[in-house]
Amino acid sequence: MSAHETYLLDRAVTENSHRLDTYRAAGGYETLEKVLKDPVEPKQVIEELKDSGLRGRGGAGFPTGLKLSFMPDVEKDPRPRYLAINADESEPGTCKDRVLMREDPHGLIEGILITCWAIRAKASYVYVRGEYRHEYDRVAQALEEARAAGLVGKNVLGTDFSCEIFMHKGAGAYICGEETGLMESLEGKRGHPRPKPPFPAGFGLWGSPTTVNNVETIFNVPFIIQRGAAWYRTMGTAKSPGNFLCGISGHVERPGVYEVPLGIPARQIIEEIAGGVWKGRELKAWIPGGSSTGLMPASTIDTPMDHDSLKEAGSMLGTGAIIALDETACVVRASEVIARFYDHESCGQCSQCREGTQWLYQVFSRIEHGHGRVEDVELLESLANGMAPGKTICALADAAAIPTHAVVRHFRDELLQHVELGRCPFDGNGGEGTATRREPAGASA
Amino acid sequence: MALPQTLVSELDELVTHYPEARAALIPALHRCQEELGGWISPETMEDMAAYFDLEPVEVYGVVTFYPMFRTSPPGRHVVSVCHNVSCDLRGAREILARVCEVTGAEKGATSPDGKFTVTTVECQGACTSAPMFDLDGTYHEDLSLEDVDRILGGVEA
Repeated sequence: MSAHETYLLDRAVTENSHRLDTYRAAGGYETLEKVLKDPVEPKQVIEELKDSGLRGRGGAGFPTGLKLSFMPDVEKDPRPRYLAINADESEPGTCKDRVLMREDPHGLIEGILITCWAIRAKASYVYVRGEYRHEYDRVAQALEEARAAGLVGKNVLGTDFSCEIFMHKGAGAYICGEETGLMESLEGKRGHPRPKPPFPAGFGLWGSPTTVNNVETIFNVPFIIQRGAAWYRTMGTAKSPGNFLCGISGHVERPGVYEVPLGIPARQIIEEIAGGVWKGRELKAWIPGGSSTGLMPASTIDTPMDHDSLKEAGSMLGTGAIIALDETACVVRASEVIARFYDHESCGQCSQCREGTQWLYQVFSRIEHGHGRVEDVELLESLANGMAPGKTICALADAAAIPTHAVVRHFRDELLQHVELGRCPFDGNGGEGTATRREPAGASA
Repeated sequence: MALPQTLVSELDELVTHYPEARAALIPALHRCQEELGGWISPETMEDMAAYFDLEPVEVYGVVTFYPMFRTSPPGRHVVSVCHNVSCDLRGAREILARVCEVTGAEKGATSPDGKFTVTTVECQGACTSAPMFDLDGTYHEDLSLEDVDRILGGVEA
């Protein structure tokens, strides 16, 4: 494994890492104390985050300091202000925030408190996906400890700063990971994303200024404030500084969540850190950052894992979740599963997405099961072009269109091979141990 | 049917977390489902509507939007098998087939003895320890077929 500096998971590996006394023994909440008592003015906190170059870890990679600076001037805008934490981790392949919530919940809480100070919010909501019961309980218990210790609630650490943090449970809808869908859901409604503008900083939760940030993003904040932007920039690349949590799943020997610097070549993660493709096989394809970032051919694994390099390569860093497919796997089947997901999760507001995701699933499905037509390949592209970009309220349509374009661009031959054979040449193989042919794959073979 | 008083007291506290009471609706529905038989009955929807001062159809709209809420009673135990891409690559189909075989339930249905409901679910965020299922709210990860037999075989009636 490469010898790079780490910080995100250093505490997570210690015993009882989720407890307040463990966290404090490691210097926890000292940064908060310094910020509140020195004090470090809210504007200075935001400036430091801007200088650090921290970019959101939820998928879009938006500069965090800049996002926080969009909150209106507190002197001119008397409305309440909110910080919402997006812990609705649902992008297929992604399970990194789960590790932070479970093993280091106080790190998240300290990040929330410092960020609330910076945007002058007195309340924060942690929106956790409903399935993460254990992780929800861990953060809730940590909050209880923090509240009892005077770290959360009225007059934090005896200062004038008061901040409440509330847990909030989602109920299984992917779309609530979209920031405006999350806000609707937090208000007790269906998770229908809102048209933008207005943006959350101007009109967010209950019509008040709101910032929505991902768990890992906020987890970075205390480190940057404590050690400085210059330190942060010693890791990663000029445009994507810092480390990130890479979850790697699929056909590798050691799947897991690993802390790596941005800009690390995907090859190093797949071949060294994750132990290479399993069973001594060859890599056929990989997905760089969650299912919406699309299948890439194995020939591209020297691409550095940062926002700009992956964009240049026709993909995205997304949530930094790599999924590896070995030579026995079928990319059409993987595409069918991914298309099914976006069909299932479309909220139904926009016809391009509601109908488009359904069509994509049907077309991928019939190709995989031996009923495809040669013109289906063009149909897939035409459908994807009709859905995105910029044709719908939110980016879910894009999330379904991008992997469609990717599989047509990189694996056209395999799509056509399915059509010509009238069946899946890999027996619908999703991977090792899944040799049972799916219905109705055998029907036309 | 009226809501149990203990649940009402809990909801009374829950709504204080938000500037508008309705925001507590989804957490409240979770508590109802946990306490009232594992599903949201039409009566519960009416009770929730009365509590939150909403039309019952608004509650219905929320309940049916979110996959975790059930609108029919499940078996005594619920097995949710992830079938998204990371799990699919590590044998989720075989796991699902074995779960159905062991429980006697078909996918999306309840076993004839009412013991198990088996469903497929989209990504549960356990991708690096695939394949997985959730049994009554607890994750079981990195599953082999033998694990399925052992875990489900050990479930009390």
